Amino acid sequence: MTLAVVCLVLVMAGLVAYAVLGGADFGAGFWDLTAGGAERGGRVRGMVQRSMSPVWEANHVWLIFVLVVLWTAFPVAFSSIFSTLYVPLFVAITGIIFRGAAFALRGQAATIGEARFFGALFASSSVLVPFSLGTVLGGIASGRVPTGNALGDPWSSWLNPTSVAVGVLAVVTGAHLAAVFLAGDSGRAGVPDLQKAFRSRALASGVLAGVVAIGALPVIASDSPDLYAGLTHGLGLACVLASGVAGVATLALVATRRFELARASSAAAVVAVVVGWAVAQSPYLLPGQLTLQRAAADDGVLGDLLIGLGIGALILVPSLAWLYRLVLRGTLDQDYEPLHQRFTPVSRPSPEEEDS
Amino acid sequence: MCCDHERVTVAHLLPTAVEQVGGALGRSDQEHLLPARELQALSFIVHIPLVCFGIAFPAMFLYVEGLWLRTGDPVYKALAKRWSKVALVLFAVGVVTGTILSFEFGLLWPNFTATFGAVFGLAFALEGISFFVEAIFIAIYVYGWDRLSRRTHFLVGVPVVIAGVTGSMMVIAVNGWMNDPGGFDVVNGKVVNPQPYTALFGGNVWHELVHMYLAGYLVVGFLVAGYYGRRWLRGRRDHYTRAALIVGLTFAALAAPVQVIVGDWAARTVADNQPVKLASFEGLSKTTKGAPFHLGGYYSDGQIRDGVAVPRLLSLLAFHDPNATVKGLDTVAARDRPPVNVVRTSFVVMVSVGTALMALGLWFLVLWWRCGRLPRTPWFYRALMVAGPLALLALISGWITTEVGRQPWVVYGYMRTEQAVTDAGGLWPAFGAMVVVYAGLIWAAFWMLRRLAGTSATAEVEGAA
Ligand code: HDD
Ligand code: HEM
Ligand code: HEM
Repeated sequence: MTLAVVCLVLVMAGLVAYAVLGGADFGAGFWDLTAGGAERGGRVRGMVQRSMSPVWEANHVWLIFVLVVLWTAFPVAFSSIFSTLYVPLFVAITGIIFRGAAFALRGQAATIGEARFFGALFASSSVLVPFSLGTVLGGIASGRVPTGNALGDPWSSWLNPTSVAVGVLAVVTGAHLAAVFLAGDSGRAGVPDLQKAFRSRALASGVLAGVVAIGALPVIASDSPDLYAGLTHGLGLACVLASGVAGVATLALVATRRFELARASSAAAVVAVVVGWAVAQSPYLLPGQLTLQRAAADDGVLGDLLIGLGIGALILVPSLAWLYRLVLRGTLDQDYEPLHQRFTPVSRPSPEEEDS
Repeated sequence: MCCDHERVTVAHLLPTAVEQVGGALGRSDQEHLLPARELQALSFIVHIPLVCFGIAFPAMFLYVEGLWLRTGDPVYKALAKRWSKVALVLFAVGVVTGTILSFEFGLLWPNFTATFGAVFGLAFALEGISFFVEAIFIAIYVYGWDRLSRRTHFLVGVPVVIAGVTGSMMVIAVNGWMNDPGGFDVVNGKVVNPQPYTALFGGNVWHELVHMYLAGYLVVGFLVAGYYGRRWLRGRRDHYTRAALIVGLTFAALAAPVQVIVGDWAARTVADNQPVKLASFEGLSKTTKGAPFHLGGYYSDGQIRDGVAVPRLLSLLAFHDPNATVKGLDTVAARDRPPVNVVRTSFVVMVSVGTALMALGLWFLVLWWRCGRLPRTPWFYRALMVAGPLALLALISGWITTEVGRQPWVVYGYMRTEQAVTDAGGLWPAFGAMVVVYAGLIWAAFWMLRRLAGTSATAEVEGAA
């Protein structure tokens, strides 16, 4: 295995981590939006807030990780992608801002109106970000990014059948992951009725994700035959099938209320898709344009990068493990409070008597 | 600094001696340079004040928590808890604005990243690790109050402080490298043989790091002191307010005099590595022995108009020798000079504010040391209330000095900014949209902090009220 391949594996790993962990955070916004009125929806919103607060920033760093490894190891590819696909990427950062702001703010909302407003921002980002990042991946995979400074078409590079299919799939998958994770979290928080609610959401969104994925295949076949060929032969096909199996397994596990296992299998489905995509377009990084080997920086740089990240990992891996362990054990749990309850009596000290 | 000798000559002969880099993506056309610059500058101006809190605030609340552990006084706990919550909010906003900056490497400057990504990228990878650590431990810290043992909780704060340093260190390493590039060779207009570790620890990194780090303490310390100084002035002289005021003030007052010394170090390094930038601090058009420094005035047609000249001051500042020769702008062609008035004005603003803040800091330190009390005059507290915003002004002016002073180069002497920029269209609409989004974000952060201020910090902690 060459160093370039190792770096690509790191990018893929970061992408999977962001898709699974970050994707679930975004998906949660979707359930927040559709939770319904103050009374009924407040409990769902409270659960979302509680579950995501301690981890969303750490989850978000995976995106940064993907970017920096990409621009160090494959600088020309990174720059070609960003200069061509600037429209969806710009939409994505706008969504990321909305989401960060909404998250930080919602905890402080004092009235249900405020909570709804921030909730709406949060929810809009949960559609915007996965969709636009999905279209970026679709644009790359379907060979619409030429090597060079903004040489691709700024619109058709992402408003095309493959991109839209991947974008929709990303939104639905995020919602599904979120529902699976939240069902598990509700169980641990000891709120069985919410667990039931998220369970049915997980089942419904899982079925929908399957339908979208299957529906995407003929779209890809007609829009980008090379990608389709890669996904339907050899190792690519194996990955696609594995993903399907993992998806079905998740549905079965959710149906039988084994949520912790369902977490793992839903993540496995994402891993399989991402690996399948990489296999389908190998040896290219930008299909038809730039092979992985040509895109890679000098081996010296890749070596330095891997050494740096390796040393970093010695600190990072135990830290992350500790964070997730604390979260899963409930040590960091805030007391579960349905969001609307806090909003009933709005009594605040007047600003002059404040104490900060 | 004997080994700098070679660098000086290279910088001096810049445009002819150094082989310029073509750009891995081919030539950019210049059409989009202005909006790209404005968008970059805007994004920095939003991000940098926030990261000051990432740099300085953790050390401050950890110090206060340490006071609590030592004295057992619950007021300290209430204060540390409150500050850590504020830090978490600002951290969240810092994270999203930083993400925008990362995207901008590709969205605005693809040719820069394509050409040099292999050289400087490593720094950001290491920075990414720091951010991970910071995000993980700040979450554990804030959500872990009363849930972890006291000792563990305190220790969890330590990596947050360290990650704030290492994270900003790596990003500044990139900036230092852009100003004083090294760690690669140029052959036929192509960048070859990149050596990331050599690149990152070149000549400009160290003063920039220390200067920025202290700036973080100045900004946060004075903003905090100003906030509680206002309450103090309004008669809220309780233990809590007093503790908060003194901690903020002490951090800022200790940093202020040191900052001036480090600024001097920065100026001398710039004189060695980037003589044209130094010349534009003053607007010195001709190479001069015993060069003066003008206060006020503006640069036009090769001279300073309406300013008061202090003889030999520039030579003294740049080389610690009133008779030293300072290189002028005329050592390079007009197209290789930065916009002098922008650099000059921002430099003067920074230095003036720096001097004023030092005076304010010394006032407090001397009184505290001699008499062990806070100043009594309300003017001191009024001054504190403006000191925070002024420190912010100095911070931004300093970055304008550094960044605009580097122009027209993005990588000093190797790549022009106009070569780095994207060929994509639509940058003005994007700029407009970002203005709106940033305004919303800033409004939201303020709203949030006010809301937080509206709840009692001491009420949450038993015995502190
Ligand atoms: C609170 C903020 C603050 C204050 C009070 C000062 N500075 Fe500063 N200065 C900065 C904040 C700053 C900065 C953090 O914004 C910069 C931008 C790049 C850097 O390394 O630090 C900077 C850059 C900077 C540079 C350019 C360095 C370069 O291009 O590499 C010089 C020469 C000085 N400063 C000199 C001074 C002097 C002589 C000061 C005091 C009288 C001073 N600064 C006070
Ligand atoms: C690492 C820390 C950096 C900081 C704090 C910083 C800070 C700033 C600031 C404050 C400005 C505003 C200047 C103005 O008002 O015109 C600016 C401008 C700019 N920055 Fe940086 N910068 C950094 C690194 C970078 C990097 C990595 C790039 C990448 C290409 C870059 C490219 C530019 C450009 C092109 C401008 C516009 C200059 C002009 O107005 O002519 N900077 N920067
Ligand atoms: C080219 C310039 C820059 C880029 C690309 C950049 C990128 C980023 C990113 C991606 C984050 C979010 C990290 C996360 O997800 O947790 C961030 C946060 C942060 N940045 Fe920057 N940044 C730049 C300039 C600076 C400068 C000049 C400093 C300091 C001197 C700085 C210090 C920090 C710190 C301390 C944080 C932690 C978050 C906080 O405390 O608000 N950054 N930056």
